[in-house]
Order: sequence, then C-alpha cells, then structure tokens
Amino acid sequence: MSVLKTFKIGGVHPPECKYSAGEAIKALELPKQVTIPIAQSLGAPSKAVVAKGDEVKVGQLIAKGEAFISSNIHSSVSGKVLKLDEVLDQSGYRRPCIIINVDGDEWDENIDRSTELKKDITATKEEIIKKIQEMGIVGLGGATFPSHVKLMVPDGKKAEVLVINGVECEPYLTADHRLMLEMADEMVIGIQILMKGLDVKRAIVGVENNKPDVIEHLNNRVKDYPGIEVCALKVQYPQGGEKQLIDAAIGRQVPSGKLPIEVGAVVNNVGTAFAVYEAVQKNKPLIDRVVTVTGKNLKETGNFMVRIGTSVNELIEKVGGLPEDTAKVVSGGPMMGKALNSTDVPVVKGTSGILTFEEGEAKRVETTNCIRCAKCITVCPMGLEPVLIAQYAGNELYENVEAERAMDCIECGSCSYTCPAGQPLLDYIRLGKYKVGEIIRNRSKK
Amino acid sequence: MNDVIIYAVISLSLVGAAAAVVLYFIAQKFKVIEDPKIDEVEESLPAANCGGCGFPGCRGFAEALVKSANEKQSLDGFNCPVGGNDTMATAAGILGLVAEEKEPQIAVIRCSGSCENAPKKINYDGPATCAFAHSLSSGESGCPYGCLGCGDCVTACDFDAIYMDEETGLPIVKDNCVACGACVTACPRDIIELRNKGKKDRRIFVSCINQEKGGPAKKNCKVACIGCSKCFKVCPFDAITMNNNLAYIDYEKCKLCRKCVVECPTKAIHELNFPPRKEKKAPADKPAKPAPKPVAEKPAEKKEEPKAEKE
Repeated sequence: MSVLKTFKIGGVHPPECKYSAGEAIKALELPKQVTIPIAQSLGAPSKAVVAKGDEVKVGQLIAKGEAFISSNIHSSVSGKVLKLDEVLDQSGYRRPCIIINVDGDEWDENIDRSTELKKDITATKEEIIKKIQEMGIVGLGGATFPSHVKLMVPDGKKAEVLVINGVECEPYLTADHRLMLEMADEMVIGIQILMKGLDVKRAIVGVENNKPDVIEHLNNRVKDYPGIEVCALKVQYPQGGEKQLIDAAIGRQVPSGKLPIEVGAVVNNVGTAFAVYEAVQKNKPLIDRVVTVTGKNLKETGNFMVRIGTSVNELIEKVGGLPEDTAKVVSGGPMMGKALNSTDVPVVKGTSGILTFEEGEAKRVETTNCIRCAKCITVCPMGLEPVLIAQYAGNELYENVEAERAMDCIECGSCSYTCPAGQPLLDYIRLGKYKVGEIIRNRSKK
Repeated sequence: MNDVIIYAVISLSLVGAAAAVVLYFIAQKFKVIEDPKIDEVEESLPAANCGGCGFPGCRGFAEALVKSANEKQSLDGFNCPVGGNDTMATAAGILGLVAEEKEPQIAVIRCSGSCENAPKKINYDGPATCAFAHSLSSGESGCPYGCLGCGDCVTACDFDAIYMDEETGLPIVKDNCVACGACVTACPRDIIELRNKGKKDRRIFVSCINQEKGGPAKKNCKVACIGCSKCFKVCPFDAITMNNNLAYIDYEKCKLCRKCVVECPTKAIHELNFPPRKEKKAPADKPAKPAPKPVAEKPAEKKEEPKAEKE
C-alpha cells in the first residue's frame, strides 16, 4: 500500500464528528422573506440596482459588482423588494442588505431548470470567464474570493494544474462530502469548464481518506474524462487550506506572500465547480448553496440546499429547533467558524455550515501561563511561531509582528487548538494582522 | 613579593593615565553640543512622560519647545496637558516667550449603555480586551457603537484617573484626569473624547455616539441618541450639530444653558456638576457621578472615517 500524501509542515487531528455525512441533500422550503447582504465576497461591496417596491424574479441581478475584485448578487427568490436597510448579519454588525418578501417561485426565463445533464461545453475561454463573473460565482470554500478573478491568470504567469478542493478538513461539516456524492457528474463537468477557462490540461481533485465512498464514486466518474484525477489524501487539518492542499496534492510550496499561481496552480472548491457548471451550462446564477446543519445536541442533523438570504433560524427550525442547552451557534466549522450574535441572520454565499455547541463544548479553556512547549510552532502549517507573534501583538510591537510573517497566517486555529495552556493565540495573531494590515495600507498610501 | 604589587600598581596607573588622555581628546572631538535650555525646560515639565503633548516623553517635548522657540520665536500649538497653563508659562519664561492660554480639558465617556440601560444579549467569553471584542462583533448589548466594558481605557491610563464601575460596567473618569489622550487612542470605538473642563467643572454633552436610526438604536439601549433633533432646535447658541442621526454639542459654543438636557426624550444629554434645578421640572439627570465627565462630543464627522474602514 502506498503512503498517502499530505502537507509537510504542521497540522493537527481534531475529532471528526461528521454526524451528518449520511444525510442526503434536501432542498429547504422557500422562506417567506430573504435578507440578502450586498457585500458577500472579498473585495469591494456590490452596488444595489433594485429599489424598494421593485418586483424581482429568481435569478434577477439585484446588486452589481463594479470593482475588479467584487461580485454580482442575484435574487434568490421571486417577490417584491420590501426595503434596502442595514440589518444584522453574520459579522455581528449591521450591514446594508436587500430584503425581499417572497411571492411564488417565478424564475428568470433564461435559466434552464431541467435536471438533464448537459455535457457539451460550447462556450469559449472568454465566454466562460464572462459567464462566471456575470453569474456572481465566488469561492464557496469559505473565503468567497470572486472566481472570475482566479481564472484571469496575470501576464507572465502560466497555470499548469487545477487543484479541486474536496478536502473538507473542518470537523462536523459534510456539505462538500454530500455534494461530491450526489452531484458528481455536474461537478466533473464544472471542473472541465474551469480547465477550459484556465487553459490547463490537468486537474487533481484532492479528497481526504476519511471519505472512501467519495473517492470510489469519483474514481468511477472521472474515467471518461481525460486529465482529471482523484487524489486520496491522509487526514490532517488544515489540508483544505489553499497552500496546504497544493503542497499535499502536487508537492509544490507557494512562497510567502505569493498566490498559488506562482507555482502554476489554481485552487477551486468542489462547490464552486458545481456552481460553475450551473452558471455556464444552465445559465443559473449563484442563488443557493449546500449548508450543513449539525451539532451534538441537535435532534437531527442534515445537509440542505438553501437559498441565499434565508434566515439561519429556519435552518435550525428544520432540524427540530435550538435545544435549551445550546451555548453557542457557529457559522462555518468549529476551527475557523465564527460564533453568531443572533440566529436571525441570513445565510450568505460563504456559509458552509451552521453548528451548535452545548454548554460544556463551548467553554473556553482557562488561560494559564505559556509553558514554552512549542507545540504551537510544531503544528503551524505555515511554519510560523504563533506564540512569538501573539506575544508581540499583545505588547503592541507591530513591526515585529510583521517581521515574523504574521500576514502569512491562514487563521486555521491549530495553535489555539493545541495549546495546553489555553492561550488565545489566534485571537492575538488576528489583532496583530489587523494592525499590520493598517500599517501596510498607510505605507502604500505614502 | 612587594615588588610585584608595586609594579602592578605603577603599570596600571600608567595605562589608566594614557587612556584618560586618549579619552579626553575623543570626548572633545565627539562632543555633543546641546542647548542648555533643553535641560532647564525639561526640569520645569511634570516628568510624567505620558505623551499627551504628542512628543515622545518630556525630553522630546522640551527639545521641540526649544527648537520652535529658536526657529519661529513662538510656542503656538504646544501644550502640556498634564502641567496645564502654569507649566507652559514657566517653560515659556525660560525661553523668553509667552505661551498661549489653553482651556484645561478632561476625558469624557460618551456612552451610557450600562447593564441596566443596554441589557446583555449575548455572552462574550473571548480575551477580555475591547480591541478583540470590537473586532468580533457588535458587543454584548448589540449596540455597535457602545462601550464594550473590557477596560482598555483603564489599562492605558498612566494616571490612575479612570476606573470601571462594577455596577454599570462603564468606565468613570476621575477628577485627576490630565487629558493626555491615552484612553482616547486605546478605545477601539472612539467613545472617549477630550472636552473642555468648563466653568466650575460644569459640562454638558451627548452621552452617546450611536449613528443608527432611532429605532435600531433604541432597541439596544434605552438612553441612546435617536437623532430626533429636538436639542438642535432648542439650542439658542447653534452649539448643536446633527450628523448621521446623532447630536453633537460643540463645547466651544455651548453656554451651558441646559435647555437641551430638558428637551432630550431619551436623556442622552448629560449635565455635570450643576446645582439642582429649582423649577417644577424634576432634574432630568442627577449629577450623581463623582465628577468625571466634561461636555459634549466632537468627533462625529472626524471619527466616522476610521470606523467605516474597520468594518
């Protein structure tokens, strides 16, 4: 038996807790009202193009991304725009949103709603990129980086291989797992479209070895498609990190502060590949996504196809309501997710899961003094010294924070997870990164 | 035996003498010529090294003063908030100039979102500093502008002039505040403002910086400024400006007539150190708190920008 590949520096092994892995994807009923934030991707916020009282259809453009790194947003329902207002979103702050009252389910006539598999890729490279931009596709792994930007390879660089991220290394989450099982054909065609858009001949789908059903299923599917291969990876967190996955799958290391294209790789999530298929072949904008709802204390768990803008409350109702002993509701996975202020916030393009913690689980470990064990340094997948950066940040020595390459930190949380002294390392590093970001911006202004 | 000691003493003395001669010439060659006035001026400063003047410590301030005196023959724009006008007069005397008089200032907490006024909706269990709490969410009360109560301002204060009130969860500025501005910088939400102390320590200010519309603001906090403009209309001195659903009282223009205090429907405008009112109208605000707060708030426009950036 050959040795499975994985990334070489650091890594941790949190308990997997994939309770919902066996739950097929179910479509969630249409909500009565959706709240769609107009900033749902990295980069500049989009600009609303509808006004109060407008009638909208499913798939109609409601906010336009005007900057280069920015994305279009489409209505996920049909109905009437109630208002444009500032509403509490997942960040815990009030942000501009478009609120739509749902009325029926009338789709834009250009969208192909048939379930028939459309295999032939007729669009040219330019058309593919344009379509992806038009349909508001963003990276669905969580960072929500606009996908069309990834496909535009800068001059002087050449993409050689497309890496598809099917790792889903976060514990609890199973959205990608189910998608790869149930929508494999669509996804593989999506991968081909991305390959055509990038002009590459080779694509590797990285899947962790804890999903043997997916690996087998995909291996059967990709037989007919030349250039696509499935790569089983040894389970290790944070393998889903872009740079870690490139290291694991093709053995190349992205230099500090550089993008993956530097080593000829482009990484896209499986969810993104599926969305690309729908956008290019079916003309369907990104208006829904798979969300895992899970938690130890929930009556049932599940994976749902949810329209963007649906309230988290409705998802929780669907699995039997929030139990009494819930102490924390997290959006995303347990390692990198964000605790929510309120459950009355909308699902957005970057929401991969909703996770509940009961009282015992949610408690932070009591912080004691650092015992200099260097565990955080051992597990850091970027080869940083988290304890040092955290101490510099705590003492406001931001030049040193920058010198220690804090900006390379991918915020995976391995350091805080592993720290036997319960130090909030990542919190301090984030603070340091924020301050260093400010310093860098000021410097470039001068 | 004795010889060894004698030789050692003599040879070491010679080496020492030779080194002294060399060192003397080196010291002459590399002598730093410094204006003796810098030392004199530094002597007259409070030696708090708080940075409130905007320079790195009292020595840095003394150097800047002397430099300005030599080059521009004026001390305009310089101020030692700790020493106040007396210190500045002494320093100016040494330099043969006259310092401009400046109204003494004090830090003001522009938030009244106590546990009672703005009840907690969530529990924050992260590291207990405001900087973290601010970066994570709008805070336990839900008000995205209000005090987070983790005490970054208390940590920043070198003068022990600010403390957290256990009951309200809000910081309180004591009388010995020197307005060095350390807490103003430390507060991630720009709640603290330096305002003129006012006559007899009497101050009026809007104790809120919430820029949300009335509805959402009131939902999180009973005493939020709802931007109703009533104070703006009643002010006879044009001291109040309305910006982004928020009233701001200009402490330069305010004549302390207290009309706005009565008018405010949410009691967001505070008056401090005034005698109790005689008329039938019961005093809207009790000047209960020890003394800490000065008058209105200024940064409405100025501070918006950094905030927008952060979010």
